[in-house]
Amino acid sequence: MSGATSRSWRAWRSPGDALSWRWRPRALVVALVIAALLVPLGAVVLTTGTLRIELGDVLPALFGQGETADVRVLQLIRAPRLVAGLAVGAALGISGALFQSLSRNPLGSPDIVGFLTGAASGAIVAILVLGAPPLGIAAAAVIGGVVTSALVYVLAFRRGATGGYRLVLVGIGAGALLGALNDLLMTRSAAENAIVAQLWLTGTLNARTWAHALPVLIAVLVLLVPAVALARGLSALELGDDVATQSGMRVEAVRIGTLAVGIGLAALAVAAAGPVSFVALAAPQIVKRLSGGGGPSIVGSALLGSALLVGADVLSTTLPLPVAVPVGLMTGLLGGIYLIWLLGRGRR
Amino acid sequence: MTTASTRLEARDVTLGYEQRVVAEGLTLAVPDGRVTVIVGPNACGKSTLLRALARLLAPSAGTVVLDGGDVRGYRTKEVARRLALLPQAVEVPDGISVLDLVARGRFAHQRMLRQWSRDDATAVRAAMAATGVDELADRGVGELSGGQRQRVLLAMVLAQQSGLLLLDEPTTFLDLAHQYEVLELCRRLNRERGDTIVAVLHDLNQAARYADHLVVMSAGRIVAEGPPAELLDAELVERVFGLPVQVIADPVTGSPLVIPLPGLDAGAGPGAGAAAHAGGAP
Repeated sequence: MSGATSRSWRAWRSPGDALSWRWRPRALVVALVIAALLVPLGAVVLTTGTLRIELGDVLPALFGQGETADVRVLQLIRAPRLVAGLAVGAALGISGALFQSLSRNPLGSPDIVGFLTGAASGAIVAILVLGAPPLGIAAAAVIGGVVTSALVYVLAFRRGATGGYRLVLVGIGAGALLGALNDLLMTRSAAENAIVAQLWLTGTLNARTWAHALPVLIAVLVLLVPAVALARGLSALELGDDVATQSGMRVEAVRIGTLAVGIGLAALAVAAAGPVSFVALAAPQIVKRLSGGGGPSIVGSALLGSALLVGADVLSTTLPLPVAVPVGLMTGLLGGIYLIWLLGRGRR
Repeated sequence: MTTASTRLEARDVTLGYEQRVVAEGLTLAVPDGRVTVIVGPNACGKSTLLRALARLLAPSAGTVVLDGGDVRGYRTKEVARRLALLPQAVEVPDGISVLDLVARGRFAHQRMLRQWSRDDATAVRAAMAATGVDELADRGVGELSGGQRQRVLLAMVLAQQSGLLLLDEPTTFLDLAHQYEVLELCRRLNRERGDTIVAVLHDLNQAARYADHLVVMSAGRIVAEGPPAELLDAELVERVFGLPVQVIADPVTGSPLVIPLPGLDAGAGPGAGAAAHAGGAP
């Protein structure tokens, strides 16, 4: 009733009213809980595997103290795997939050509308045709993602019709087309290359090196600030272009900025771990439900993206299965169930 | 009303979407501190004109002048601080509360590092009080009645503190009581706060009753403008809407009252313009 703050958020003001921020207590609690979940998940990734390392030995070994085997396994295998998992999950979570908000549709996320497949096409060409190193694969994935999303947007936004559903439909079509292209490329290439590409296409954190993990980690750290800034404009856009513009927002600038940041993050995630499904779709939606609405939650989506991907990785490596299941298969399984639930819910 | 000052005017503007021209050679000066109502048949360009006045649509010729300068020369936030537009259909996000929706009107006054100043809180509180929705602050917008919802949206554009409100068919989709609730609110905002209001309305009688300045459009042109009592006569309405009518003085308010004649035995009264009382019997 005070009129100054609402049920869902509080305001903090500096003395003199020069600076002020709005924050959502519930969203903060959600973010802190997810962040706390990441600690045990990280511990599992670092301690388990063929070589068991005691929890107490992990930290010294990361800095080169302890048995040589422990140090090598941690520094060269498990730490990059964990960092890649955290960064890829965060990148997908942020990218999903941005795209879903932009298209005003939970299905507008990059894994559904073909952007991840497009980035994968770029990367597959780099792997199979050019035999490129990790950095070259990353560059090719970015190019593939940019070209795909530009095409989807041009086709979807023809005649100024900014419909979320139109974007989703065009994107699904583009994704199917590119998926077929990816398959074609693989059947035309040597068997052992095709196996490598196939494993990568499913999405995997196996055998990730620092060369895979660092580009996406840097991208997440650099693009987090613009993503948070864009989220303010995106929540204004929820009221439609006309209301957003008349309230003072530069709609086109926010839209282009969102596209650039969202595609950059999605493409670098794909470059590092392949087109992992489900994380970009689910993380923003789950966080939104937990936080009680109120615009896209960038930090929450990033944290939950990390938790989902690392969690799926832990599951896929610790489940008593005859073969090591790639993490993308695990997220795909969970994602399929979630997608059916989401679509069924929309039918009401 | 002569030599009325104006903050917002369209000077010989041509408006359209891509190749299709909707309106040509429109010139309109919005009188300050008055309620201006635009009427006209469907697709005559009323909403298009409103969008152009609010810089949502760039004229292909001519200029829209806001506070003495071409509206295209302002920054988007600057325009938003000087005028506000409430479109006809507003998409309201799921689960948003009344206060949060009204607070969206403050975007033009906020920055990344200044997201909720004292001024923001004061403006939102004042806007909700003026529209009588302060009791609803924590309610979800989705659970409100049509009339309440429209008042909340009005509060949102009021919170923008522009003093110049453009409203596109604010009474559409409302039942009769809620229509008058919104119209009375508009008049009160004008009389008590001195806000300049431009509204597109469909109902000629409501327009005649609430407008200080009436603008009649037809096929992309302004065919008449002025005080409703001087303007509205049977000849004009028949010419613009293609409907035979009789116009009498409203026995209660005195404003022009348009009575459509189809189905009745025309030729009943003396017709045009006069405040003659038509008894109905030939």
